[in-house]
Amino acid sequence: MKRRKREIPSAAPGREAGQDELRRRSVSETIGRLTPYMRGYRAAAVLCPVVMLIEVVTDVTIPLLMREIVNRGILAGDQQLVVRYGLLMILSAIIGLVTGVASAFLGAYAGFGFGARIRDSLFTSIQRFSFRNLDRFSIPSLITRLTNDVNNLANTVMMLLRMGIRAPAMFVFALVMAIRIDAELAVVFAVAIPLLIVTVLMIMRRAHPRFVRMQSRVDRVNARVQENLAGIRVVKSFVRQDHEKERFAEANDDLRNSAFSAISLVIIMGPIMSLVVSGCIVAILWIGGLRIIDSTLLPGDLMSFVTYVGQILFSLMMLSMLFLNFTRGKTSSDRILEVIDTEVDILSPEAKPDFTPVARLGDASIRFEAVRFRYHGNARDALEDINLDIRPGETIGIIGSTGSGKTSLIQLIPRLYDVTEGRVLVGGVDVRDYDLAALRDGVAVVLQRNTLFSGTIRSNMLWGKSDATDAEIETALRQAQAWDFVVADPAGLDAAVEQEGTNYSGGQRQRLCIARALLKKPQVLILDDSTSAVDMATDARIRRVFKSELAGVTTLIIAQRIASIEHADRVLVLDDGRIDAFGSIAEVREQSAIFREIQESQQRGIAS
Amino acid sequence: MSRGQGGRQGERRGPSRFQKPQHLGSTIRRLSRYLKGRLHLLFIGLVLMAASSAAGVAANAMLRPIINAFVYEHSWQVALPLLLQLVVIYLVASLAQYIGSRVMVGIAQRTTHALRRDLFDHLQQLPLSFYDAHSHGELMSSFTNDIDNINQALDQSLVQIIMGTITFVGTLVMMLLLSPLLTFFVVLMVILMFLIVGRIMKHSATNFRRQQASLAGLNGYIEEMMEGQKVVKVFNREAETIEGFEGRNEELRQASTRAQVFAVVLFPIMGNLSYVQYAFTAMAGAVMTIRGIFDIGSVASFLQFTREFSRPINQVSNQFNILISALAGAERVFRLMDVEPEIDEGRVTLADGHWLVPAGAPAPVAIPGLENETRRDGSRRVRAKGDIRFEHVNFSYVPGTEVLHDISLYAKPGQRIAFVGSTGAGKTTVTNLINRFYDIDSGRILIDGIDLREIRKADLRGVLGMVLQDIHLFEGTIADNIRYGRLDASDEEVREAARLANADGFIGHLPEGYNTMLTRDGSNLSQGQRQLLSIARAALADPLILVLDEATSSVDTRTEAQIEQGMDQLMAGRTVFAIAHRLSTVRHSDAILVIEDGVIIERGDHDQLMELGGRYYDLNIGTVELD
Repeated sequence: MKRRKREIPSAAPGREAGQDELRRRSVSETIGRLTPYMRGYRAAAVLCPVVMLIEVVTDVTIPLLMREIVNRGILAGDQQLVVRYGLLMILSAIIGLVTGVASAFLGAYAGFGFGARIRDSLFTSIQRFSFRNLDRFSIPSLITRLTNDVNNLANTVMMLLRMGIRAPAMFVFALVMAIRIDAELAVVFAVAIPLLIVTVLMIMRRAHPRFVRMQSRVDRVNARVQENLAGIRVVKSFVRQDHEKERFAEANDDLRNSAFSAISLVIIMGPIMSLVVSGCIVAILWIGGLRIIDSTLLPGDLMSFVTYVGQILFSLMMLSMLFLNFTRGKTSSDRILEVIDTEVDILSPEAKPDFTPVARLGDASIRFEAVRFRYHGNARDALEDINLDIRPGETIGIIGSTGSGKTSLIQLIPRLYDVTEGRVLVGGVDVRDYDLAALRDGVAVVLQRNTLFSGTIRSNMLWGKSDATDAEIETALRQAQAWDFVVADPAGLDAAVEQEGTNYSGGQRQRLCIARALLKKPQVLILDDSTSAVDMATDARIRRVFKSELAGVTTLIIAQRIASIEHADRVLVLDDGRIDAFGSIAEVREQSAIFREIQESQQRGIAS
Repeated sequence: MSRGQGGRQGERRGPSRFQKPQHLGSTIRRLSRYLKGRLHLLFIGLVLMAASSAAGVAANAMLRPIINAFVYEHSWQVALPLLLQLVVIYLVASLAQYIGSRVMVGIAQRTTHALRRDLFDHLQQLPLSFYDAHSHGELMSSFTNDIDNINQALDQSLVQIIMGTITFVGTLVMMLLLSPLLTFFVVLMVILMFLIVGRIMKHSATNFRRQQASLAGLNGYIEEMMEGQKVVKVFNREAETIEGFEGRNEELRQASTRAQVFAVVLFPIMGNLSYVQYAFTAMAGAVMTIRGIFDIGSVASFLQFTREFSRPINQVSNQFNILISALAGAERVFRLMDVEPEIDEGRVTLADGHWLVPAGAPAPVAIPGLENETRRDGSRRVRAKGDIRFEHVNFSYVPGTEVLHDISLYAKPGQRIAFVGSTGAGKTTVTNLINRFYDIDSGRILIDGIDLREIRKADLRGVLGMVLQDIHLFEGTIADNIRYGRLDASDEEVREAARLANADGFIGHLPEGYNTMLTRDGSNLSQGQRQLLSIARAALADPLILVLDEATSSVDTRTEAQIEQGMDQLMAGRTVFAIAHRLSTVRHSDAILVIEDGVIIERGDHDQLMELGGRYYDLNIGTVELD
């Protein structure tokens, strides 16, 4: 019921990577890219198919031993031979058991070890992402990739390590055995195998589009349910129940029909498989039987042959299943590699012989020089022609309507995005020349979308400074006017914070986020509409603290309320990505029609 | 939605696989009611599948005479009719399998189709209190997991259980006929295998639960960190975040490796144990044949049987689990269908702008200025004008925790009433009572003098237009979404409504204008644009009474000022209830009600309240925090 609002400033609407332009990699490329993640599990990954091979050998040996028991035991009346071969058979089953168990273990160990590796690498890649990279992938899509896709891939790898060897090996070995017993009888396979392959392929090819359609119908039914659950108030207040029932019935009917058409096609596979196997058995019994009468074939040969029929055709079916599984794993792998391969556009500059990244902020001045900025994939500039000179220790208020570029502007300072043209300087140095961590330590931003993390007040505060003492935390909380409600709770700093801080009110959350940022002891502090839920009196107290206790800190405040920026040294009015006015509040009031309009819209009535 | 109180009960998390149904009998009875009219088909389907397994057993039995005919009688003339018989059996088996599974697929699809339809239709009738108590995830899971399980149970589990049982029993009988002694031995082995499988399955279940738990832990962490990823960047916390991830990832690796080993290991164990059994049978059979009490054909048949005998055990026990969880799912579905639908005993209807109060219904309260004409048949006709009165209304979402106390208020037709107060104070609750999303505990609410409970809900909601805080758009075009307000509106009327709400401008900039498709709840629009659409939707509905719950909260003050003109036009001539966070929006109301903790603490117009110097004054001057 809790719907999260996601407002990416103005990133291209609806364009989500991975939906429309997922690059399909070739199989060999995929294998080449994925094998490095086997590191540490390589031995298991190699051993698993080897061990599996041994199990397959025991599988195909058993009918062979059976044949000897019949041919040389029963027909010759040799009981000792029967027992000897019987014991061999048991031995072989035991070897099969041990190797089978071992391969199950090795496969799971390698598959999920691999999965953990790749998940780790995926997560680490995302941690390196810039804001632009993050905008490209939606958060749910990243979550799905880290969870479902990695699981799919790990399962596929495990399957491939085990069944990928078992199926073809079984097929080849059993076929070889059958031919060795009697090449003439084996001709039956020459008919049966192509027949089976062709029909299975034909059915799968026709079934595939039907299943795709069925899946889209399933999605549609789910979407209908979902939107009705979410919008039940709308449905009820407009009395649209019958309308919704009709819409659902339509989707539901479609699903039934498409499901029936898809499934009724694949259920032919079972009977066809049985028919081919039975056909083979009948043919072998007939041809083999006649040869037994001629005494050119022994009964044991015939019996083991029948067993091989089962093994050969069964391994073919296993191969087709494997293929389906592989396709699914392949899609997941493409989706994972897409994230890993994403080029991170904002990185800390590397040290070169003639250049060392700047590790400390000089002073806290900020300068924008002919800055133009456009979000990737957008048709319009978010900012253009921005020239600003902000002195150290100044407090700047930024105001403008939604979409005017306020957030875009401040995000350029800690290099959350890079300028498209021009440059941004902090302390006289281009932000792109700073060591990224040093820059972001010096420039603290309280984002518009505050997030607290599950844990305690203290654990959240430690985000600002990982070795902060309780006294330091208290100071920051006091400065952000959050201390009162923190001590009001008997647990104090150890009070639990729920995910996203939902157990605190909006105003409290905002103050906690400010305190967290203050703990960084930044030289530049940016508040992006961070006190919107704080009452005006508290807001004013926070601003007073900034003035008195953070005198040397350059402070940029984005606000909706004029009152929040009234005491700023200078005010910047943005309109449609351009500077409309910049100066003292009196100057701005005089120069900017937009400022006056905003002020009027907020003051109406108060004066009356 | 800001409903403040009222916890969500019974949130169901994690896999439902291991749950067992509690009312097996009644669940099966109800499920079979869905099969009504298809019971004979179900019977035919199952009989065909059973026939197919029986044919399989028979085919194995045919090996004996055929091989013996070749080996001992050296006569193809004897073997030929037997072989032809075998061909017929095989054909019958395949045909029965095909027709049977087709029938079963049809039954499964039709049944789940009907279940989905009934569940959806029933959910539409449920009161909002139901939706407050159940998470979307929980209800979604009934639509997906539970119904899928029922589907699978019908078209696979039931069939496989029957087929497995027939194969098992048929094979046992055949083996007994061939050799009771050997059979005794095989059965002993199978019991042993049974015990081993049981043990492994038990381990497997616990390990799967453990895997599920660490998966949930990791997923939770991933979700939280992805949601806060930008904050992670701003605080340079990447390394710590990765560290936290790695611990959980490793835990999951160990848990899933163990769970998978137990899941996979069953196959080699079962397969090879059955080879051991096969070996013993082969030895014993061979020795018996040498001693002249058995024959080669029997050995061949019997060996085939031993392989077949143990296979269904695994299969049937697996399918049984699915069947059980499907029944548990069905039980959940039926429990949802049993939830009492929203009651509607209203008899007062709306026609031509008049309320029709039938004879026998309580007479409307006379309100000055509202004509109330009695007709010959005793029924009354009241002009619908939008006069609303709350008289000593008390209300609680959850019995025992009252959230509104003794609320009395009135709005004359065309008046604008504003509600001000902190989040959770009860503002939204008041509006939820007007449209009868919830029913009051005591007191009464009158609309044009008629008790709300006497009015048919559809007619009541027909005169109310709501622009809710939580905006919801449906999959479809922009025009479709506006037309939701009035389904038969023409394109021109849709456009007119959009112009009124100031939405025409941004719609014009969309790639396909009014025909732009909205997907996933209109996620390609900004919050402000979504709000404008929902205002247009209400405008099109042309209601008598308008409820605006934070209707312009996501629009900045300047844009809001621009919409205001449209809003004024929209509000003109209607009774308006407005909840606003921003005080500038409430200023021009005829009356402002300040609500705190479910009590109206101040009322009056802006000037009166400012003069009063109370809470409203504080809010305006800015000494109190609103949120």
